[in-house]
Amino acid sequence: MVISQDGAHGISAGSYSGLTPACNEDGVTSVRETAPIEGAIKGVRQVLEQVADPEIPVLTIADLGILRDVRWDDGRIQAVITPTYSGCPAMQTIEQDIRTILRENGYAEVEVKTQISPPWTTDWLSAAGREKLLQYGIVPPAGSTAKQSLRAAASLECPRCRSTNTEKISEFGSTPCKALYKCNDCLEPFDYFKCL
Amino acid sequence: MAREPTQQELFQYVLRLGDNALINGQRLAEWCGHGPFLEQDLAMSNTALDLIGRARMLLTYAAEVEGKGRSEDDLAYFRSEREFRNFHIMELPVGDFAFTTARQFFIDVYDYIFYRALQDSADATLAAIAAKTLKECEYHLRHSSEWMVRLGDGTEESHARLTRAVTELMPFTPELFAADEIDQAMEEQKIGVDLKRIEVLWHEKVDRVFSEAMLERPQVSFTRGGGRQGLHSEHMGYLLAEMQSLQRAYPGLQW
Repeated sequence: MVISQDGAHGISAGSYSGLTPACNEDGVTSVRETAPIEGAIKGVRQVLEQVADPEIPVLTIADLGILRDVRWDDGRIQAVITPTYSGCPAMQTIEQDIRTILRENGYAEVEVKTQISPPWTTDWLSAAGREKLLQYGIVPPAGSTAKQSLRAAASLECPRCRSTNTEKISEFGSTPCKALYKCNDCLEPFDYFKCL
Repeated sequence: MAREPTQQELFQYVLRLGDNALINGQRLAEWCGHGPFLEQDLAMSNTALDLIGRARMLLTYAAEVEGKGRSEDDLAYFRSEREFRNFHIMELPVGDFAFTTARQFFIDVYDYIFYRALQDSADATLAAIAAKTLKECEYHLRHSSEWMVRLGDGTEESHARLTRAVTELMPFTPELFAADEIDQAMEEQKIGVDLKRIEVLWHEKVDRVFSEAMLERPQVSFTRGGGRQGLHSEHMGYLLAEMQSLQRAYPGLQW
């Protein structure tokens, strides 16, 4: 049973604890009784949207598209996250951060579920996230994951001097999600968040 | 005749895939801190991380299918040599950089074609893992193909070393396509993939890159195999001794 967050009534985080949804005999939650659940879902979402990526701390897990959903499922609130790269070591830290922040905000009973399908893509990076990346000195993924842009970003713009006279140094940078580039004009190296 | 594969067969099928990723990842990770230069050191370590991440997904699923309460860690750290189901090519020592590059290229071509086909598996979990894995296989393959050309069409020394590497490695490749009754049962149920088809595509891609890299296809006069029956080379025991030592000494230890 998934409850829409539209028109959620805000309730304080503390009032969530011990919350159980009241269902009628058909197992259908009535409109009046969904309000506290919607409020709690909204609260959980607000808390989780603040969790920062441990390796690129300017981005939150919401910016990155790691946080897929907060929903009511099988009698409890479920936060659904998706891993970026299979081997990304940050994922474990992120999961731990999520549990910690939920506990601190009185949502200890929220279930954190990892879902791998559909697979994560940089297309899910929010517009705000792309802008924050650029400000941070990392070039955001060029375009979408259409095949052409996967091959190689043709001419990336240097995040410092804006020159397009740049070249790839290595397909792999300091984290699995980044490639290493160099600007031939200002001679500074820079990271590129790969399109995946 | 088509028949429903047993849970045990599905377990074995997933376990093989998990073991291949795990042992390949473990070997490649040996380069961490020893790469010929920093960027390549990072590249090999990152690829190893992807492989170990893939192994974790597969071994977790294998343990779930088995239903005996084992975890991914139990499967990785508490099985002995004869219980591992990886191909021989995964466990060979790293050799020089040319050997590692050639091995990774052969495996990357295989993985890319294999997981692309496995995306359509009738088993929803395998299909999801395959779709996730494929994105990574794509840039692994692009990377190792570039290096095959760079070394093959490089200096006299790099060409000679790469030629030696592919000559040594080629006898280990037929094992990748040798289907047994588990593969057949899985393919009939549309859970697994058709290895004959994979083999054709593999040779096409390898030939294309070989010609660009100015390499000759070596003649194969003998082959090695048996990994899926748990029959491994003398290198496997040493690899496991290193990989498992901490959990064997302190069972259940956590970070």
